[in-house]
Amino acid sequence: MASITLKDLAHSYRGESENPDDFALKKLNLTWRDGGAYALLGPSGCGKTTLLNIISGLLIPTRGQVLFNEQDVTRLPTEQRNIAQIFQFPVIYDTMTVFENLAFPLKNRGRTKQEIEPRVIELAGMLGLEKDLYSKAQHLTADAKQKISLGRGLIRKSVNAILFDEPLTVIDPQLKWQLRSQLKSLHKKFKFTMIYVTHDQTEALTFADEVIVMYGGAIVQIGTPEALFERPEHTFVGYFIGSPGMNILPCALKGNRATIDGIEIVLNQSYKAQPTGKIELGVRPEHLKLEAPGRDGLPVKILKIDDIGRHKIAKVALNNCQLSVIMPEMTALTGDMGTLVIDTRHANIYLDEHLVTGETL
Amino acid sequence: MIAKQVNQKAWFMVLPVFLIVAFSAVIPLMTVVNYSVQDTFGNNVFFWVGFDWFRDLVHSPRFHQAFLRQLLFSGIILAIEIPLGIAIALTMPKKGWGVPLCLVNMALPLLIPWNVVGTIWQIFGRVDIGLLGHTLAAFGIDYNYTQDPIAAWITVVIMDIWHWTSLVVLLCYAGLCSIPDAYYQAARIDGASRWAIFRYIQLPKMHRVLLIAILLRFMDSFMIYTEPFVVTGGGPGNSTTFLSIDLVKLAIGQFDLGNAAAMSLVYFLIILLSSWIFYTVMSNVGEESSPTKEGGGA
Ligand SMILES: Nc1ncnc2c1ncn2[C@@H]1O[C@H](COP(=O)(O)OP(=O)(O)OP(=O)(O)O)[C@@H](O)[C@H]1O
Ligand SMILES: [Mg+2]
Repeated sequence: MASITLKDLAHSYRGESENPDDFALKKLNLTWRDGGAYALLGPSGCGKTTLLNIISGLLIPTRGQVLFNEQDVTRLPTEQRNIAQIFQFPVIYDTMTVFENLAFPLKNRGRTKQEIEPRVIELAGMLGLEKDLYSKAQHLTADAKQKISLGRGLIRKSVNAILFDEPLTVIDPQLKWQLRSQLKSLHKKFKFTMIYVTHDQTEALTFADEVIVMYGGAIVQIGTPEALFERPEHTFVGYFIGSPGMNILPCALKGNRATIDGIEIVLNQSYKAQPTGKIELGVRPEHLKLEAPGRDGLPVKILKIDDIGRHKIAKVALNNCQLSVIMPEMTALTGDMGTLVIDTRHANIYLDEHLVTGETL
Repeated sequence: MIAKQVNQKAWFMVLPVFLIVAFSAVIPLMTVVNYSVQDTFGNNVFFWVGFDWFRDLVHSPRFHQAFLRQLLFSGIILAIEIPLGIAIALTMPKKGWGVPLCLVNMALPLLIPWNVVGTIWQIFGRVDIGLLGHTLAAFGIDYNYTQDPIAAWITVVIMDIWHWTSLVVLLCYAGLCSIPDAYYQAARIDGASRWAIFRYIQLPKMHRVLLIAILLRFMDSFMIYTEPFVVTGGGPGNSTTFLSIDLVKLAIGQFDLGNAAAMSLVYFLIILLSSWIFYTVMSNVGEESSPTKEGGGA
């Protein structure tokens, strides 16, 4: 068990370079608390796997250091780091039985049979693998194979951290849900540090105490699921978290007045004279309301309404800007025009994609 | 449900294949079968002898010796080429500029015609002008493949290793390249030793190509003719007279057509049988069923 600190870490697959574009991982500083449950969220190619591989020692970073409790392990080989990592696609040893697969990490570390056997049987029980325990792993389904991979990650009790690299991608939804809650309870019980990479925001948000959002090789926000939802610090976070994502509208700003495509909106915060840059207004679909035409608000054209069960999602056009609005199931609207009401308490202003805060009026 | 329609016309579609097989295999084979059960005193007059030739053959010490020599040869070259091929494939780079270099180097011996290989080694090993023979002689090592059976064997075996290990290497290399990185990464996480990686990841993934390599090398070496014929001509004495060389001596040297025909058939059946045994044994080693049974493999 250890806390993990990344110090001025950066990685380029092309070796040391002056060109910042070569870096798959831009300079970052970060500490993972001992026993924390973290989710690493981001689009494909943003460097999530790279970051995990650096922590586990499969990759040596181009720059910076990795510390496990104050001890520098940057160049320590994987085998000596006492880290478990589970990969996106199942890795099993074909010629071994399920039991031997699960026992493999312990056997390699010279544990005795008396230690290994009860542990393997216990874990197989938790993962629902007990009935296949003595059959060849090769012939099992993809689900079962991934459970074996998970099992090999969980078999060692005193690991510094367990890194999950999108482990549930190949698993079908029903079982996914089960395994997810099982992992969660295992984490509660054993308090290992857990870093969980995923594309899937629901997975990230249900799993983690803290979510780290990455974009283009950099960390754009670290926070609780609520913070990511309420106050995205980067337009990407707003867009990526939530379904549908935050509406991001280019605007002009003066004091507490934002002008979108010639239509003025009064905000509840006032901003000082802004330096030049791209100014955008972000507001979540949950914080918009669509009312009958002629009411107090912004006149919009209704393009499309999708009923997704719990609520409806309307696509509306405000002059040339398109927005999504979440409406309660019962709302009835006639005609193709409506009035958009913005809850300005939840409207954020972004300068060059980064959140800026004004003074509350 | 689709009702099955019986349509005999389909047989006509198979006809060309039948014809090709008939002309390429069955008919030539039948002439051999024909010779193997008849005898002649010339003038194209044949008379029936039944299985006499076969009886002679299985009781002939000359055939036994050639057969044992052949087995020994195939055994030795398999025992060397397979582990050596695996070892070389394991050390070959997986990426970078070294890859094409290694591949081309490996493919070179395979592209040289059999009799050229024979000629190369024939000259290479000569004590008077050959680089190898002369050098060894200069070091005072008594090496003369034209007189010493052991030297002749060593020459023929090394020649075969030189010529054909590449095939094993290339097949194994292809098998190794198909292993995703994640396997090696997982092995490092699991703390596997170099040996365990080989034993539990690389060897199982090479299993299929190794089967092919062993089969090919076995059949090829069992039928080897040109190279030893060029180098040693089957000598000194009969020490490197393998089955095929013996067969040619019999059929063309002595014009013993009946004997030779019987031997050809037995030879053919031996190869067929041992290949089948090899295949059955190898595909059952280490796994109870093939990936085809689970519908898609690893
Ligand atoms: N071995 C490699 N050699 C060169 N470039 C690489 C290598 N692995 C990854 N990259 C590059 O580094 C960047 C980050 O890759 P990484 O695999 O870390 O992304 P990721 O966030 O894990 O994506 P995904 O969600 O698709 O798994 C990508 O642009 C990728 O092309
Ligand atoms: Mg990845």
